[in-house]
Amino acid sequence: MAKLMDYDRALELFEPVLGFEVHIELSTKTKMFSDAPNYFGGEPNTNITPVDLGLPGSLPVVNGQAVRYAISLGLALGCSIAPTSRFARKNYFYPDLAKNYQISQSDEPIAFAGSVEVELPNGRMFTVPIERAHMEEDAGKLTHVGGATGRIQGAEYSLVDYNRAGVPLVEIVTDIIYGAEADAPELAKAYVSTIRDIVVGLGISEARMERGNLRCDANISLRRRTPEGEPPAPLGTRTETKNVNSLRSVERAIRYEIQRQAAILDEGGTITQETRHWHEDTGETSAGRPKSDADDYRYFPEPDLLPVVPSDELIEELRAALPEAPAIRRRRLKAEWNFTDLEFQDLTNSGLVNEVIDTVAAGASPAAARKWWTGEIARTANAQGVDATTLVTPLQVAQLVALVDDGTLTDRLARQVLEGVIAGEGTPQQVVDARGLAVVSDDGALIAAIDEALQSQPDVLAKIRDGKVQAAGAVIGAVMKAMKGQADAARVRELVLERATALPE
Amino acid sequence: MTNDLTRLTADALATKLAAGDISSVEATQAHLDRIAAVEGAVHAFLHVASDSALAEAADIDRRRAAGEQLHPLAGVPIAIKDVIVTKGMPTTSGSKILEGWVPPYDATVMTKLRAAGLVSLGKTNMDEFAMGSSTEHSAYGPTHNPWDLERIPGGSGGGSAAAVAAFEAPFALGSDTGGSIRQPAHVTGTVGLKPTYGGVSRYGAIALASSLDQIGPVSRTVLDSALLHDVIGGHDPRDSTSLTDVWPSFAEAVRNADVAGLRIGVIKELQGDGFQPGVMERFREALALLEGAGAIITEVELPSVEHAIAAYYLIMPAEASSNLAKFDSVRFGLRVNPKGGGTVEDVMSATREQGFGAETKRRIILGTYALSAGYYDAYYGSAQKVRTLVQRDFAAAFANADVLVSPTAPTTAFKLGEKTGDPLSMYLNDIATIPANLAGIPGISVPAGLAAEDGLPVGIQFLAPAREDARLYGVAAALEALLEEKWGHTLLSQAPDLSSSEMNATDEGAV
Repeated sequence: MAKLMDYDRALELFEPVLGFEVHIELSTKTKMFSDAPNYFGGEPNTNITPVDLGLPGSLPVVNGQAVRYAISLGLALGCSIAPTSRFARKNYFYPDLAKNYQISQSDEPIAFAGSVEVELPNGRMFTVPIERAHMEEDAGKLTHVGGATGRIQGAEYSLVDYNRAGVPLVEIVTDIIYGAEADAPELAKAYVSTIRDIVVGLGISEARMERGNLRCDANISLRRRTPEGEPPAPLGTRTETKNVNSLRSVERAIRYEIQRQAAILDEGGTITQETRHWHEDTGETSAGRPKSDADDYRYFPEPDLLPVVPSDELIEELRAALPEAPAIRRRRLKAEWNFTDLEFQDLTNSGLVNEVIDTVAAGASPAAARKWWTGEIARTANAQGVDATTLVTPLQVAQLVALVDDGTLTDRLARQVLEGVIAGEGTPQQVVDARGLAVVSDDGALIAAIDEALQSQPDVLAKIRDGKVQAAGAVIGAVMKAMKGQADAARVRELVLERATALPE
Repeated sequence: MTNDLTRLTADALATKLAAGDISSVEATQAHLDRIAAVEGAVHAFLHVASDSALAEAADIDRRRAAGEQLHPLAGVPIAIKDVIVTKGMPTTSGSKILEGWVPPYDATVMTKLRAAGLVSLGKTNMDEFAMGSSTEHSAYGPTHNPWDLERIPGGSGGGSAAAVAAFEAPFALGSDTGGSIRQPAHVTGTVGLKPTYGGVSRYGAIALASSLDQIGPVSRTVLDSALLHDVIGGHDPRDSTSLTDVWPSFAEAVRNADVAGLRIGVIKELQGDGFQPGVMERFREALALLEGAGAIITEVELPSVEHAIAAYYLIMPAEASSNLAKFDSVRFGLRVNPKGGGTVEDVMSATREQGFGAETKRRIILGTYALSAGYYDAYYGSAQKVRTLVQRDFAAAFANADVLVSPTAPTTAFKLGEKTGDPLSMYLNDIATIPANLAGIPGISVPAGLAAEDGLPVGIQFLAPAREDARLYGVAAALEALLEEKWGHTLLSQAPDLSSSEMNATDEGAV
């Protein structure tokens, strides 16, 4: 367990300096350089062609749709689109890399020099500078077998699935980010969340972090503060934290690294330039491989591909088709939904704006959609340590709200139904049917239960008849118990009073 | 009868097949018999596909009998350089690291050959990964020049050229990165053409240097190369560098050959010092014949050509070092497990150590170095600048000439083993062919006769601007006709009869 410095103390001594590399898997039909289906999953090594396996003689061909998606994303990030960009080979040996080089872009990326507006939970607006966005191909997936950690160190052997090899990626690289200060963890989360909103808005990626559609490598270093009037200290040594698979982890990992690095530096130690692995379970990072700026990938222009030269017409067409920027959209939604500042801030902080949009689109009221997502669902997600979006779909939430609206479920029952849906028992209606959770609205069944309760408590019956209506509570409780809670208490009360007079003496 | 069929050109075989004079099975069997008779001496093939060849031939005969409309070349046998990926036939690119690999897919050129009904006889020998000028770098032993079995057949495509020169196949596919089609043609008395870069799909050609490689035809006559080029050429959506041009019929260009008024520029830098007298003699004789037929002979300068070899030996190994990284034992080919096991890196390293030959390792190391941080600009970067200069030189030269001409190589076939210890002198053999690859322009080598001093074949090379391959077929066919008229026979009819020299053959490389 690494030694950690108190966060506030760390911020007194050091300025956090950030940088992010976000990889987006594009949801094209086929892969970046082959006509294999862009579908990662299923039987290993089935969605592959000679190109994805790097078989001798095979050649890549650029996926035009991936280029269009990359241009759209570049434009949405406020980038300039290069009139001519080029693919390059990044050479290194690794068994998940079929050709032992990755086709990427080096000094001629398709998009460069942009910025993204990010809103922090405290309402602060922050402009994140974007250095570049470039196209590349994903690698295969390695499974290390026989070791304790599931990592390559100590494994007996490794299996490779090339289904993911060649999946189109755009990598978004920020410039160095100064000035985040104590908001650094929140900025990290808000930045990744904004990128997610942008790509979802563009419809170019599923952007599910837990599935690896959107992956964030977080670079962080600390710069010692100097007294007023003195020149600033040089930048500190950075670490690159990988494997942060949720928005929550991004925030936690940055906070952790600030505290870890501060403790080392404060004791006169030095930070090793390396990749670090985030461990969701323990909330810690651990050392990965040393990463030097001198890593030599021997980049050179990919001779199998022609330069990418998008026409001005195409760029303008894609620019015209861009959806609203997230910041503008948020302002519009807040007005449309009639939320208070606090309500909307809560929702934004939860990172669930898109889910509410989709839930409203599926028929729920904005208020109900917000209540469920930021309430019960967010609580469950927090308890389970997962992203709320992994638990239920907006459609399921809308169906749940509809069942409450039409009286089939009470709020309490609806929470049980939600639990069933999260447990994978099916749609809300299927859970209602399977668990028999619907409100009993059949007066006959209620009356039978009420009559039985009244008759078994003749003293209570007498009191009600004497006009002591509050005595009915005991009967209502008994009936609700008999109905296993699946009755509308108000209706039960009505019927109890009715039956007390109707029953024979 | 059998010998007669192997002496026919592809065009003549096609005519007889179409007329029903012979069957494809007969033509195929005749070539398989010839292979069986001379392979012990020549070793042009790494794999002879007797069974599948006869089955393909029988299928063509059946379809022809059923009245099906077939491609004019249907049923004609062909040999395939082992650099080309062939479904169902082993493909090694001359390397141990791919020994036994049977590809699950066909190169685009193979798909086109199969669609046209050509019958694949097998895979021909080559320098490992097409790195060499003699086939001595083949992991499976060298090919011998049918003109003199003690001599090299050229390289890297010595197998295809020797197979055609030894009448084992009427024509063949080759590949040319720095002269691997043209230099073997030169030393074996055959015809070979490197198309314009992008003229023939590279999909399924095991890459040596992607920006230089080009597949092309090898044959005994200019017409046969043109006929084959007509089959394999054209745009391929699987190769991004393939041109989208609609190409004229190259066979038509041969039939309409005429050099009257054609401006032929003699490349000043590619003659004289280092060029064998007998090579220059045949060269000048050919020019005189062309002039006599109405061509206008001029001289052009390509000042950057002196740097071409240096640039080539940076660009080619740089690209090769990356292209050959995929040979790592993980997905296909050889796997060598180090004693006592090891990491994946150990297995990759042991496999590459054992699977690659010395020349391949030399070029991987050269290329890795040339691309390394700190050296990239000085080596790879400078080489690309030279490449641009060479292209400019050609553009300027073509302003004053329709085609350019030079000897295809400085010398006739050297002896096996003569240059294996001296890579630089081996590299210099490609001085005349490399510039065309750097510039992406087409080049052809046609037989010009035999050198007086050693009685070995000499080739002459014509170069044309990019996309003007048809011009090359025209001038080459005209010269071929003029020479054969003068000689009264074809050059290859003078080659030794190998059936009788079989007893003297080396025992290397039995199929």
